[in-house]
Amino acid sequence: MSSVQTQSVQTGRITRKFIYLFLLLMALFYLLPFFIMVVNSVKPLSEITGGNMMALPEVFTIEPWLAAWSTAQVGVEPTGLRPYFWNSIKMVVPAVAISTVLGAINGYILTKWRFKYDTILFGLMLFSCFIPFQIVLIPMARILGILGLSGSTYGLILVHVVYGIGFSTLYFRNYYAAFPTELVRAAQIDGAGFFQIFYRILMPSSGPITVVCVIWQFTNIWNDFLFGASFASGSGAPMTVALNNLVQSSTGVKEYNVHFAGAILAALPTLLVYIVAGRYFVRGLMAGSVKG
Amino acid sequence: MYHVSKSDFKTRLQTWLPKLVLSPSLAMVLIFVYGFILFTVYLSFTDSRILPSYGWVGWENYNKLWRLSHWEISLKNLGIYASLYIAICTAIGLTLAIFLDQKIRGEGILRPIYLYPMALSFIVTGTAWKWFLDPGIGLEHTMHLWGWESFEFGWIKDRNLAIYTLVLAAVWQSSGFVMAMFLAGLRGIDSEIMKAAQIDGASNWNLYRRIVIPLLRPAFLSAFVILAHLAIKSYDLVIALTGGGPGRATELPATFMYSYTFTRNQMGIGASSAVIMLMTIAAIMVPYLYAELREKK
Amino acid sequence: MRLFSKKSVAVAAFLASTSMVSAADVEVLHWWTSGGEAAALNVLKDDLSSQGIGWQDMPVAGGGGESAMTVLRARVTAGDAPTAVQMLGFDILDWAAEGALANLNDVAAAEGWDAVVPAALQAFAKHDGNWISAPVNVHSTNWVWANKAVLDELGIAQPESWDDFVAAMAAVKASGRTALAHGGQAWQEATMFDGVALSVGGVDFYTKAFIDMDPAALGSDMMKETFDRMATLRSYVDDNFSGRDWNLASAMVINGDATFQIMGDWAKGEFLNAGKVPNEDFLCFRVPGSAGSVSFNSDQFAMFAVSDAGAQAAQGAMAASIMSPSFQSAFNVVKGSVPARTDVPNDAFDACGKKGMAELAAAADSGSLVGSMAHGHANRAAVKNAIYDVVTAHFNGEYDSATAVEELVTAVELAQ
Repeated sequence: MSSVQTQSVQTGRITRKFIYLFLLLMALFYLLPFFIMVVNSVKPLSEITGGNMMALPEVFTIEPWLAAWSTAQVGVEPTGLRPYFWNSIKMVVPAVAISTVLGAINGYILTKWRFKYDTILFGLMLFSCFIPFQIVLIPMARILGILGLSGSTYGLILVHVVYGIGFSTLYFRNYYAAFPTELVRAAQIDGAGFFQIFYRILMPSSGPITVVCVIWQFTNIWNDFLFGASFASGSGAPMTVALNNLVQSSTGVKEYNVHFAGAILAALPTLLVYIVAGRYFVRGLMAGSVKG
Repeated sequence: MYHVSKSDFKTRLQTWLPKLVLSPSLAMVLIFVYGFILFTVYLSFTDSRILPSYGWVGWENYNKLWRLSHWEISLKNLGIYASLYIAICTAIGLTLAIFLDQKIRGEGILRPIYLYPMALSFIVTGTAWKWFLDPGIGLEHTMHLWGWESFEFGWIKDRNLAIYTLVLAAVWQSSGFVMAMFLAGLRGIDSEIMKAAQIDGASNWNLYRRIVIPLLRPAFLSAFVILAHLAIKSYDLVIALTGGGPGRATELPATFMYSYTFTRNQMGIGASSAVIMLMTIAAIMVPYLYAELREKK
Repeated sequence: MRLFSKKSVAVAAFLASTSMVSAADVEVLHWWTSGGEAAALNVLKDDLSSQGIGWQDMPVAGGGGESAMTVLRARVTAGDAPTAVQMLGFDILDWAAEGALANLNDVAAAEGWDAVVPAALQAFAKHDGNWISAPVNVHSTNWVWANKAVLDELGIAQPESWDDFVAAMAAVKASGRTALAHGGQAWQEATMFDGVALSVGGVDFYTKAFIDMDPAALGSDMMKETFDRMATLRSYVDDNFSGRDWNLASAMVINGDATFQIMGDWAKGEFLNAGKVPNEDFLCFRVPGSAGSVSFNSDQFAMFAVSDAGAQAAQGAMAASIMSPSFQSAFNVVKGSVPARTDVPNDAFDACGKKGMAELAAAADSGSLVGSMAHGHANRAAVKNAIYDVVTAHFNGEYDSATAVEELVTAVELAQ
């Protein structure tokens, strides 16, 4: 990290103190909601309904966590979130992989194999990021029905790939735009083909932007509720649908501590991705997407 | 009859291959995005209610739409919400990035803390935010317990201020992401330029204002695109935090669209609101994208 | 290319349910996911499995069934409709009009549903004279829940008239407590509106305004009085009501922080869950001034059309199971509602449940059983939500009563 940090802005001591103070206060602001969730997930329910939501627990319990994972009611069966976790994994991994690969190839073509109107095509793809998902629900359902993919994980993967292409193409296009085209031309003269150039020359240096794209897609797809609820079958539903069933019960008693524990459980994979891959994240963004 | 040599075929394949490989993605986008948009435009002129139907009613849905005070409120709210959200996120993101770029100790810890909210959906954090903002159990209550009796923070209960709580929570979620984009931009700037400017005796303030920030222009583009798309799609946030209330004070076009299409069984009006939304987005984004993309050629 | 003609949807729904579900299974879309609700549903599931019928669960919670209805639309459009779907009021009739629902006349005839289900309820379970769904329960919305200890302490008797009620709330407020526990969400305000409208103009006014949607009734002085009473209620609610969940409002009554709550009978579950006993710790009575009339909403399971004989048999068995007196009793004891048929013994029910059953039967006989506007049993979703808009805007101080009446007339007209 320090290797990239070569610039040298000089700042005075008081300025530095102010900077540290500001950064710490902001960190507190960002951590606050998470703190509320964690603190309330280890309290018994009576302490929550009767007391202060910011207070530390008087009685510490991990019951809510166990309940949310394996015994809470998310349908007629008290299964907890556990079975739905794997549904989500089965959906997210292929969807992220496919949309990333497509985005990489699209970005490669749009920058290194330019043709007439390619910018307009890219503009069309980029604009597609802005389509509100509410309007695609019904026609999408019809098409999935025609394809015979309704109520299956494949259908869900298709949907996420389709609506992920815009952003993954954006990321890779901007990244490859900064990649020296001379290298590609040289390889071409040496007789390398379309795919060979991609594998041998661009792929090896695509690590950072792949991280960015994977993080983005993983987060979006993991957190999706609307498509998951509409296009998956009951027992094949992703985790967000199960979490929603846990949290949104309409006329029943609300077990807030279990809700919070479930919410954190449902968020763990994305949090993990951010923490593990996060250090490559800025590097990935730096290497491409914001340089244009 | 003509003869195609092997190498000729190969060359031709090579020129066609990129377009061939691109075409599935393009086809998907054309069908699943632009096809559906056309379908929605068509629906907006029909009497569709619970399911799509094909009785042509002309402009009736649009006329009804503009007579609904509900729709006006949600458009006005989007104006306030989107502009504040984009502006504040950009400001905080840029400030954090510049500060973090001053060889800060503990950057490795601070950065993921700023970034993590982007990983969570509001289905997850909505309740925590709702509690925090609720004066009865949240921040105001806690401050009172800690002895600051006069402290007041009841925005979420106030018709005129509730929209700003949406901005607050939304800024919380995405400003860290914007920070990462700017930080990446800063780290990508050639340090020679900075040194040269300092040797010329530019103050820190001028250094950033005159040299660094203009160099971050691509980062501003990416941030704008991402923030604008998040602002327009904000739906979970409203549902989790205010449910559109108090009253209808925090309705946004996305919640309006959903509610008319699905809960009110007035799919025609829902579609017409979607068309207006898309046209507005296009009116803002197309010139912007055009200018940015053309320049790069 | 017409992807979506009405016929194709119906046919798709028809074909799909047969292909997706093995002969003797039912796939059930519902939003009962909380502990008590799911326990109640398990009674049904076990009953079916004893007949060899499997249960494929498809729960989608959120917004009192709103999310489930969205999902249903996607599933039907995809040609993959669930076999049985939990539904409310006009949604059932709307789907029946699309030609998507199955005919349950054989089961209904064999089990004699016509004789035991109140006519007002049959209006939502039959389409064109054919049975299309099986009602599970009857909730009613014009209830007040009160903390008895607080009333006793302040020497307040159970209010019988609207003026009594206002006086009682004033006395509570004077004692420094919150008089009325309320959660500021549109549907909760509409739920109060049900009871208040009944207390102002009785069943006649209610029917004219909300069921016939007569502009004269909607714009009448009675409607203005209804809004005025809503404003009175607003003045007895604490400042912090906006956005509060209804069960947190119930908790305020349970803890004695507040004294009254106007809410449907599902609120009883919260009281029982907190170990409170009806008539000892808390009181349940009709919104003062509306005694004798009952505004109801009923959860039903609508059956989607299937062609496969095995699947049809499974649907029939499920419908019969739902309507059996033993299930109606077992389910509704757990759920807090009352049975959808009036001949179920009341032994298993608590005092409030017994009261609710007796009042339902009496109201059904006297014709003062009306569908709840707030819960989609008086008019279609579009109109219901248009009324919500006005009621909630008025309650939150955006309109005064006179403006609210005007807005109501326009809103209802626009939504039709």
